[in-house]
Amino acid sequence: MKKEDLPQEPGALSRLTRELCYVKNEDGKYETALSKGWDIKKEALDSAWVEVNDRVEEARKAVANGEKSPVYYFMELNLMDISVLSGYTGFFSFFINRHLKPSVFKTLSDKKLEKYAQAFDITVGELKNFKG
Amino acid sequence: MNIDTKTEEFHHVHAAHCENGVTTALLRHHGLDFMTEPLAFGMGSGLFYIQIPFLTINNGPAISFRTMPGAIFKRTCRSLGVEVTRNKFSDPVKAQLFLDKKIKEGAPVGCQVGVFHLSYFPKEYRFHFNAHNLIVYGQEDNRYLISDPIMEEVTSLSAEELSKVRFAQGPLAPKGHIYFPEKVGVITEDVIRKGIVKGIKRNVRDMIGIPGNFAGVNGIRYTSNNIRKWRDKLGLKKAGLYLGQIVRMQEEIGTGGGGFRFLYGAFLEQAAAYLQDDRLIGLSEEFTKSGDMWRASAIQMAGVYKGRLTEQQSFDEIADRLLEIRSVEKEAFLKLSKLNLGK
Repeated sequence: MKKEDLPQEPGALSRLTRELCYVKNEDGKYETALSKGWDIKKEALDSAWVEVNDRVEEARKAVANGEKSPVYYFMELNLMDISVLSGYTGFFSFFINRHLKPSVFKTLSDKKLEKYAQAFDITVGELKNFKG
Repeated sequence: MNIDTKTEEFHHVHAAHCENGVTTALLRHHGLDFMTEPLAFGMGSGLFYIQIPFLTINNGPAISFRTMPGAIFKRTCRSLGVEVTRNKFSDPVKAQLFLDKKIKEGAPVGCQVGVFHLSYFPKEYRFHFNAHNLIVYGQEDNRYLISDPIMEEVTSLSAEELSKVRFAQGPLAPKGHIYFPEKVGVITEDVIRKGIVKGIKRNVRDMIGIPGNFAGVNGIRYTSNNIRKWRDKLGLKKAGLYLGQIVRMQEEIGTGGGGFRFLYGAFLEQAAAYLQDDRLIGLSEEFTKSGDMWRASAIQMAGVYKGRLTEQQSFDEIADRLLEIRSVEKEAFLKLSKLNLGK
């Protein structure tokens, strides 16, 4: 890529920093230059977030309809999957899968709910009372 | 690489990729003034390609354009005969005590962190990605001074914030991973030349010497074959998301694929000077070409996830382009392998 072709199209990252890139200068040698961003990348990131938001909305509906427990909603909201959530709570995946069922969720002790609340950065009350 | 933000003793290095940047800054801090980001990347054989079959990450294909996290630092230090200390912890309290001890000794250290809780990152970038690297180089007013190589300027984190990112969970969980050069000896030009040759040879092995069909240049063909099937198999929407994930893996900070080809081109240019071998300049051009082709493929993939391209023909064109990239890179590495760089 030639230096003059380096895109300067601001994206989310440009709020924090410009990116350093290796580009060819007029003499055909490599040097570094700073880029504010590139729309192609921005759109890839945007489309990933559209997908995330869709999943969160689906999860909200599933909780509202009584198909899934609040754990499912907050897991999606925090971009987690079962294995990441397992890391943050210390629960095995098998149990987390059970806790996604509203009927099992209702029987969870406050101690267990506290672990989930911590993983999601919310209070036990917020977790328990989430209705979708 | 820009070296301009100066703190008392430690000099911040702004880099294209986090691990290169940490490696470069730490080695320069220990007196290796010749170290540059391309050199660290090349000696550490950082260029790679792999698609891990049947695995999805963040609901997309598991593709990496770089070698294993930690490998660049480890290999570059080893080729230069630099002794390294690396530690992981199960207890965050012990991890912090160890960090504090090193900081009191005045030693900047590299830390592996997860970005999901990394407070200074824009929210849009905070996925559960656990192979980011930064340097802690001091403490002031109860905050840790942070040199994050992808940033133009230095920043800081509270003890709580730092502990949280050092103990992020999920795939590649850092477990408080901390690393730094322990002992640096005298490094002659000859040692540097040997390190460069070793780095190139290892990269040749990784890109064209791994059997199987999903690592190295063959991995690019594997992805290409996948892409051809995605439209029918996954539907247009999901196929678009998968392509978007490739572009993010390819072009974003910390993972950069297209950018890595340019970085490798820059490395070969510097290697040509060290080895006094102009053939490497010619090969540098081939990686520039490959980098440009990766970027062109990203533009085409964007057409799909923006909903502008919807036909199977577009998927075939993208797949064909990846095959072209594969042959350019294969050819370049074959030529590198035949150079007889010696040692």
